[in-house]
Amino acid sequence: MENYPKIYLYRRIVQAKLFIDNNCSENIDLDNIADEAYFSKFHFIRQFKKIYGKTPHQYLSLVRIEKSMQLLRTETPVSEVCFSVGFESLSSFSGLFKRIVGLTPSAYQTQQLQIKAQILKTPLQFIPGCFAEKKGWTKKEQF
Amino acid sequence: MITKMNHVSIYVLNQDSAYDFYVNKLGFKVHTDAAMGPGMRWLTVCPPEQPDLEITLMAITDGMMFTKETAEQMRNLVKKGTFGFGVFECDDIYATYEELKSKGVEFTKAPKEEFYGIEALLKDDSGNWFSLGQKK
Repeated sequence: MENYPKIYLYRRIVQAKLFIDNNCSENIDLDNIADEAYFSKFHFIRQFKKIYGKTPHQYLSLVRIEKSMQLLRTETPVSEVCFSVGFESLSSFSGLFKRIVGLTPSAYQTQQLQIKAQILKTPLQFIPGCFAEKKGWTKKEQF
Repeated sequence: MITKMNHVSIYVLNQDSAYDFYVNKLGFKVHTDAAMGPGMRWLTVCPPEQPDLEITLMAITDGMMFTKETAEQMRNLVKKGTFGFGVFECDDIYATYEELKSKGVEFTKAPKEEFYGIEALLKDDSGNWFSLGQKK
């Protein structure tokens, strides 16, 4: 069933990517990942970038920011989020977060918690009226 | 003038399991997850680079939208793999295929070069199928 070009190369790079996904909070040594994937460091970085459009280091930073966004949507304090996703300083975390997301971590958290509270309070605002009606979720009855 | 499509529905057998499939396996983002009363939930997700298209993961339950009989028929049709709901796009189909496969996603067709591009076929946890494509 499977027979496509560079299949073994793909499998090794994808496993390295998944390793980054699953261990992003740890102190990941990208040299080690290259070794594990049986690549020289430079070859590994080049192949990774060709497939994912980013270097492994850029990708790791992005995964950490995405994970921090998830945690900020819960009520975890910003400093706790910063260290638990693998950043070593609050200023580098905040700076990178703002560059990628466009808001500071605390502004993002406030915004997300407000949306969450709004969904809880008036869920019908978030549902197209036709579906709500079809499902019998009408203002008078419950919301 | 219609300008955009902003909601599309996929009928699923179980919303918890669909959440796991679309969010944890496919990597989609949760847009709205609202409890609408006992056993009722409005759950929408977006493809990672398309935040303004909400895919509603619609549970097939007896009630206002379906009669008991229709719901049963619909569940059977979904399970049988009757419905193909669309085409997903990715940058690198071989990498996406390897990643999704290692996360347990079932493919009915491995990536193959066709005259229109490279295509694979995958199934969601309910039985709905999708094409996965990469432009040449």
